[in-house]
Amino acid sequence: MSSAIALGGGLLQATGRWFLDTLDELGRFSLLVGRTFRVLPRRGFPLLETVRQFEAITVRSSTIVLITALFTGMVLALQTAISLARFGAKPYTGSFVGLAFVLELGPVLTALVVSGRVGAGITAEIGAMQVSEQVDAIRALGADPIQKLVLPRMIATTIGLPMLTMLANVLGILGGLMIASQLGIGANFYYQSVINVVTLPDLLSGLIKTVAFGWTLSMVACHQGLSTTGGTVGVGRATTRTVVVSSIAVLVSDFFLTKLILMF
Amino acid sequence: MAERSETRSGQPMIELLGVQKSFGSNHVLRGIDLEIRAGEIFTLLGGSGTGKSVMLKHMVGLLRPDAGRVRIEGRDVTELAEREWVEVRKRIGFVFQGAALFDSLSVLENVAYGLREHLPWPEQRIRERVAECLAAVGLEGIEERMPAELSGGMRKRVGVARAIALAPTVILYDEPTTGLDPANSRRVGQLIVRLREELAVTSVIVTHDLDLCFSISDRVGLLGAGRLLAVGTPDEIRASQVPEVRDFLSGELDAKKDLWRHTQDSEE
Repeated sequence: MSSAIALGGGLLQATGRWFLDTLDELGRFSLLVGRTFRVLPRRGFPLLETVRQFEAITVRSSTIVLITALFTGMVLALQTAISLARFGAKPYTGSFVGLAFVLELGPVLTALVVSGRVGAGITAEIGAMQVSEQVDAIRALGADPIQKLVLPRMIATTIGLPMLTMLANVLGILGGLMIASQLGIGANFYYQSVINVVTLPDLLSGLIKTVAFGWTLSMVACHQGLSTTGGTVGVGRATTRTVVVSSIAVLVSDFFLTKLILMF
Repeated sequence: MAERSETRSGQPMIELLGVQKSFGSNHVLRGIDLEIRAGEIFTLLGGSGTGKSVMLKHMVGLLRPDAGRVRIEGRDVTELAEREWVEVRKRIGFVFQGAALFDSLSVLENVAYGLREHLPWPEQRIRERVAECLAAVGLEGIEERMPAELSGGMRKRVGVARAIALAPTVILYDEPTTGLDPANSRRVGQLIVRLREELAVTSVIVTHDLDLCFSISDRVGLLGAGRLLAVGTPDEIRASQVPEVRDFLSGELDAKKDLWRHTQDSEE
């Protein structure tokens, strides 16, 4: 009986601690967000670093985005064509693949891939700088780590992700086309069925979401990097946490953003 | 550059008044009162984990006290916002323990970092100033090298060059000789003395290197258990009858061989 109470008490304590830690984390994250927006209009905008980050983010991730989108497009067309054929709707394969990619698969897959690739990279880099006192060195030299490190990465990722998503959309639909033409759906017919169904608002609703994803995952990555403690082990831990947290954030916010966009 | 230091020698440059600092449940500083005078070389001794570096970081606003005040040149800086610190930090150079050079930037860009941040100088002038600072630490002509290509001793001296680029009135050294061989340690010690003579800077050194401490310091403070156990000239500290001070000095001397092996390991 008493051990049950002790267990219950321990559980309660652990839950309480988790709750407080999470609140603390959220609080510090919000502070970082606020400070990042405050340095945005300040003199000495790090343009060069932003361009460098943008180039690194887009170029470094384009191969993996390309492969992911191409193969997902191919397998989606394959599955869709076969499934739709069961009720004689095979000609709609192009429309289905096009809509699926532009609305959901392009944005979400790209965001997940980028959070693994770019988000982890940002956290590892800033985390290593944090534990080797380079972040403190920036402050000691009278500069602002938020302006020097966080701002360029936030802007580069927020702009870069929609562009990578466009690439994913095109390649996914292209992958579908390759398979569809082998399954007896003409390439031209497939192309027409994509163009006729997918509208500009569809495309934009997907891209708007990726702006939010890019912003979220870069801020999570920067926050984790700056919060890194405990040497090289800490850097590894922070990097893992970035991938977990930003992936979950992308998947959960995707639902709510979609709900929001559909209201308009 | 010496004329930039308006504070007369002997005036209080940095004052800590009842400074306390905790990290979670770890009470690192338990009320520190200390006055660093303009132009002196002050060394803060203490074992590992006694809060020496924590104390040093309070002098440049990298950490804020939980209680107590910090004054720099008579101005209370305790409550300064991060942006207001910028003006203060321009006049304080900080030499980090592991040098903390920016890995992604060349030596030139590292030393030029503060100059580019604060001065509208043309490229040529910045390069000249960087060359001057590198010459001051005995490392001419390594501008284009990357930090990863430098030895531990060189990195540390580049760290000093970066700290003096803006011609500060105060230089804070966090463990300047840790991880260096005896020759390099001596060189860093001489460098600290020379910089004081040439730039008339106030120097605060955190170390557990007794040789360095007693060979170059004007005054010494010993930190233990979050409090200053003793403050005085090197002779006064050596002659101190305070038990903790005696223990530290004898223990530190005995442990020196071990420490030496340890620092060599950490230098790889």
